[in-house]
Amino acid sequence: MTELTPVSSLADRVAAASPDWALRRAGGFSDRSIAWLFIAPTIVLLLAINIFPLIWTIRLSFTNYRGNRPNAPLKSVGLDHYQSILSDPDIWAAMQATAHFVLWTIALQTLLGFALAWLIDRKFRGHALWTTIILIPMMLSPAVVGNFWRFLYQPQIGLFNYLVSFISGVPPSSFEMIGSVKLAPWSIILVDTWMWTPYVALIILAGLRSIPDYIYEAAEVDRASSWRQFWSITLPMVLPFIMLAVLFRGIENFKMFDMVNLLTSGGPGSTTEVASITLKREAFEKWRTGYSSAFAIILFVTVFGLANIYVKALNRVRQR
Amino acid sequence: MTKYLLGAAALAAVAALAPAAPASAQSKTITLCWAAWDPANALVELSKDFTAKTNVAMKFEFVPWPNFADRMLNELNSKGKLCDLLIGDSQWIGGAAENGHYVKLNDFFAKEGIKMDDFMPATVLGYSEWPKGTPNYWALPAMGDALGWTYRKDWFARPDIQADFKKKHGRDLAAPKTLTELTEIAQFFQGREIDGKKVYGAAIFTERGSEGITMGVSNFLYPYGFKYQDPKKPYAMEGFVNSPDAVKGLEAYKALFKCCTPPGYTDAYMQEGLDAFKSGQVALQMNWFAFFPGLYKDEKVGGEHIGFFVNPPEKEHGSQLGGQGISVVSYSPNKAEALAYIKWFAQPEVQKKWWALGGYSAHKAVLNDPGFAKTAPFAADFLTAMGEVVDFWAEPSYAQLLLAEQKRVHDYVVADKGTAKEALDALIKDWQKVFKDDGKVN
Repeated sequence: MTELTPVSSLADRVAAASPDWALRRAGGFSDRSIAWLFIAPTIVLLLAINIFPLIWTIRLSFTNYRGNRPNAPLKSVGLDHYQSILSDPDIWAAMQATAHFVLWTIALQTLLGFALAWLIDRKFRGHALWTTIILIPMMLSPAVVGNFWRFLYQPQIGLFNYLVSFISGVPPSSFEMIGSVKLAPWSIILVDTWMWTPYVALIILAGLRSIPDYIYEAAEVDRASSWRQFWSITLPMVLPFIMLAVLFRGIENFKMFDMVNLLTSGGPGSTTEVASITLKREAFEKWRTGYSSAFAIILFVTVFGLANIYVKALNRVRQR
Repeated sequence: MTKYLLGAAALAAVAALAPAAPASAQSKTITLCWAAWDPANALVELSKDFTAKTNVAMKFEFVPWPNFADRMLNELNSKGKLCDLLIGDSQWIGGAAENGHYVKLNDFFAKEGIKMDDFMPATVLGYSEWPKGTPNYWALPAMGDALGWTYRKDWFARPDIQADFKKKHGRDLAAPKTLTELTEIAQFFQGREIDGKKVYGAAIFTERGSEGITMGVSNFLYPYGFKYQDPKKPYAMEGFVNSPDAVKGLEAYKALFKCCTPPGYTDAYMQEGLDAFKSGQVALQMNWFAFFPGLYKDEKVGGEHIGFFVNPPEKEHGSQLGGQGISVVSYSPNKAEALAYIKWFAQPEVQKKWWALGGYSAHKAVLNDPGFAKTAPFAADFLTAMGEVVDFWAEPSYAQLLLAEQKRVHDYVVADKGTAKEALDALIKDWQKVFKDDGKVN
């Protein structure tokens, strides 16, 4: 994680970077005051949009507040919500569903993304066109993706079932991707992988293209095999990019909501009820605002903690 | 050239003035919020009379059913001014009354001579009263509704199918008299080929996200003997919610789901049911009476092709209550006009037109008319259903109670998790927790 720059030093740096004419026009103000003037709106906005809601959420998480009963007396409940969440088997089931989704999507997207990036980097004939086509899924809205995959997975008329039937010979109506307890978790993983693999590929492609050719040329001179070049040059040099893509996708999928909600609504039963769906139900359907605030804080701390550990690892890899 | 310029200027002047004309003629506009479905279109038609009579223009905000509760409850909770009038679900009445979202209508009814005795008792209890059974009114019954069934009358009438059914079950194939018979009929049709097309038994509710599976399951639980609480001890649910009869009812619903629904029917509500029936996929369809006028008019499956029946009994009679009352939203800046609409809507002649257009009036002037049962092929069934309806909890925490049941029954029926008894036991625990948080039980 990047260290936070103290505000005063930031102001000094802004002042130093300001052009002379700007300073001359604003006669009567010190450089420092002008710098503060420039960054103040951003700081106010940041406080209003990010910091205040966070503090407010923390406060609410210790109360019995409900958004649909604003006039009810506000009572402090201490750590009750936290205790109740951490001992609730349904919450743990949602966390397990989230972990399953996050881990598998990351694994598949990294592998397929790397393969795609590797192929695109070969610069075959028409590669620019194929690159654009491959990138289309990530440009679509998750709501659109959720809706049309719901049709694709339809056992009677869905193209996906027909395709599987065509390849495997299994009747298309004999399996239900989003209606079966066994297949539903995989159905959301498949859609997310289809949608976001190009994104991972794009980041890895940037990494592949940043490796200077002369390194490979030197390896060729040393008669290093392609396999050896991959393990000793490509992979280590592209690793920070892969790790960055994993970080982005990990954070994004930890809070995945729209696509899953549209595809399965968390079902069948609660099989695909990932944490964000549980959180939405608690907060905006059951209106347990205090409880859901505590759950949101737990999720935030989990993501923040894991991301911090991960970023430290990423920095170590970059320094190697 | 000057002639053209003058003409263009005249046209521009007319165009500029044209929209201003109706605006100046109609002094005010009020907005009515409801779900987007067939009866809403009938209400738009009906409301033209109100505008003609009062000069108050009407705007409508119709939200698709799956998002209706979310959208409207958020609107109320945020004290929004979007809706002057709201035709809200029956279960919202407790929360809307206790949180001050609806205007209490007792004084208004007394002043305008609107009597609740003029409306069917089940609808007054279900749509207007909070607390239940007390003369505190928060809505005027607007749209009576219950969960019933449609069937393919034309398929049932075929001699070959009749003969086959009689051979198998020893009785004529007809609208079922019990839920057990209903399941047998669904099984009989499941996978059968009719006119070269494979058909299925029944389209029932299995939707997970909003209220679908709870409504569907309730239509089985009530006839099997499920009760929400001990009639002598409110909120005491042990032995009522999870009684052996209730367990049997839940098992029967799962059996029907497993044996007799079309493939991929794991998250289906009213629209999916309509689609399955209209496309000729199913012999039986569970759905709200509100859709029956539209289905009867359908070119392919309506008319002589379709039959209707009330939810069959098993141990006793019982149908899930649907329908809504019309309320004035407390945050409306146009309360006087909104109340004028309710006064107009409560008139017997308006109620008669409402029924004629496809809305389900709850007014006795319509329902007690000797000719009512013959006004539509489903009218008599509607009357019967409204005489045996049961509603879900209408407590202020209804959403929590509903979501708990959605989860428990979907887990059991669709996701094969645990037994029916375990599902209902877990439901009691969930509901007890909600009532405990609300201070209703210790």
